[in-house]
Amino acid sequence: MAQRTADRAQPKDPQRGGRLARLVLSYTVLILLTVVFVAPLLWMLSTSLKPNVQTTRFPPDWIPDEISWEGYSTILTTSTQTPVFLWFVNSMIAATAHAALVLVTASMAAYALARMDFRGKRIFFVAIIATLFIPPITFFTPNYLIVDSFGWLDTLLAVIVPPAAGGIGVFFLRQFFISLPRELEEAALIDGANRLQIFFRIILPLSKAPLATLALLMFLINWNDFLWPVYILFSPEAQTLPPGLATLQSSYTTNYTVIMAGGVIASIPVLILYMFAQRYIIEGVSRSGLKG
Amino acid sequence: MATQGVERTGVQPPVARSAGGGRKPTDAGTFTPYLFMAPYLVLFVVFVLVPAVFGIWISLHNWDYLLPGKPWVGLENYLDLFTPNSANSTPFWNSMEATAKFTLFSVPPLVVIPLLVALILNQSFRGRNFFRAVYFAPYVLGVAVIGILWRFILDPNNGLLNYYLGALGLPDSIPWTTSLPWGWVALVGPTVWWTMGFNAVIYLTGLQDVDPALYDAAKVDGANRWQRFRHVTVPGLRPVFLFVVTTTILASANVFGQSYIITQGAPGNETRVAIWYIAQEGLRSFNMGSAAAMSYVLALALALVSLANFALLRYKED
Repeated sequence: MAQRTADRAQPKDPQRGGRLARLVLSYTVLILLTVVFVAPLLWMLSTSLKPNVQTTRFPPDWIPDEISWEGYSTILTTSTQTPVFLWFVNSMIAATAHAALVLVTASMAAYALARMDFRGKRIFFVAIIATLFIPPITFFTPNYLIVDSFGWLDTLLAVIVPPAAGGIGVFFLRQFFISLPRELEEAALIDGANRLQIFFRIILPLSKAPLATLALLMFLINWNDFLWPVYILFSPEAQTLPPGLATLQSSYTTNYTVIMAGGVIASIPVLILYMFAQRYIIEGVSRSGLKG
Repeated sequence: MATQGVERTGVQPPVARSAGGGRKPTDAGTFTPYLFMAPYLVLFVVFVLVPAVFGIWISLHNWDYLLPGKPWVGLENYLDLFTPNSANSTPFWNSMEATAKFTLFSVPPLVVIPLLVALILNQSFRGRNFFRAVYFAPYVLGVAVIGILWRFILDPNNGLLNYYLGALGLPDSIPWTTSLPWGWVALVGPTVWWTMGFNAVIYLTGLQDVDPALYDAAKVDGANRWQRFRHVTVPGLRPVFLFVVTTTILASANVFGQSYIITQGAPGNETRVAIWYIAQEGLRSFNMGSAAAMSYVLALALALVSLANFALLRYKED
């Protein structure tokens, strides 16, 4: 970035014409890419607002002749097999509860790992790191049996709780807590505050941004989680949206209006979050390397 | 901070020592740290540590969820996988092959294209944050949304893609989702579209972390644009590159949703990937012992790939 500013400061740069050409080329590429990224999403939206007879008409209508709510009303009103509204509620509950659970458990553990000395700390730490490298599928079969033994099969608890055991939230927050200056805590300790008070009154208020980032990312990841819910939730009324969309597709096959309406419903909450918290999400992801 | 500590040394020894990291709150020997660790540790033990060991135990049994008896079979589940033409080995290795192919086809574009995009975005011009946000956007959607959307777009009869290919005078009846090699395009293309923004953002962070002074120095030395890229950007980006390659390989090797929704394994089971087959075997057919064994074989394969990749890229550095 800085070196570019330097470029600009030199009006007699012999490459100036080249620079302009490069800028034009860059914009052309960027705008073409924007079309590539936006068009499919618009197609989903536009298809969801057409009567189904128009969805496969060519040349394609990017803007529906008239807005039709056929798709949305079909999935929101019908069917014991595809209760999309219920899936939406389930997803909302699961993702919110999951994010909250991660925030509480990860922040406490991260604080202990960042600031306290205790027997077994290194072992915990190494164990948490080591298990990050085991592919999730390895935990599948045993976790299915464990979840089953709790009576959680086919319930939202199965998608809320076990995924919160991943170590990524702990790492993310530990990294931040370590970067906080110790002086504040030490002053409070001298004033006779205990660890819990310090944690709630000093550490957490200083950590609003990373806590918000983590909550957002955990919400997104849980909202989008697909593999585990596909196999752990069976009954139509227990599903979350992602496995629900797969069901929707197999039940409605070529009723694209209905299928795309389901896609839009699953996209809207995360796209709204993304619009408002784009910076947090992108920076959170790029700092932590979090992958969904 | 450090100077403050030094200045205070004479006046307030205890505080000064704390600034130097000497006086730490004495949690050692108390119960407090364990209280803080406890909620997470319960989760970690129950859903990570226990399953990691329990999985091995399961893999040593003929563990059918629906049957009362779960006889010990030792390494049989593993040996079966390495016995040609046993019930499990053929479909398992076919699915491993599908995963390997998907990884092989998807990693190069996912490593190269985002780098080019990041290099473009790393210039100073109006709207760069807007473009960054647009390219990253698909990543916040789930694989289920991406899957149903692209299955529609790639539909051989009703899809947009074939229509526009036809409009350009190209073949307009390509069976993207039902036949090879098109099936791989149908899996890789949407995956690149979906996750490219993630890698681009990582690269971009890496590019911005390269010390600008190095570019200035190179300029003073008369290095041209390409030379600056070659000798400043490339070495500066190496750790980020290693990260991107590693995480992309792992993400691609864990592919599931695209195959499950877009190609649905077609044609035949040619694009049914390993994760899908293992999950199906364990949690639908309830052959949990063999599914567990397969998951460890997959984990081992991935570990080897990661190590090889790490060694390779590290080695180049020296």
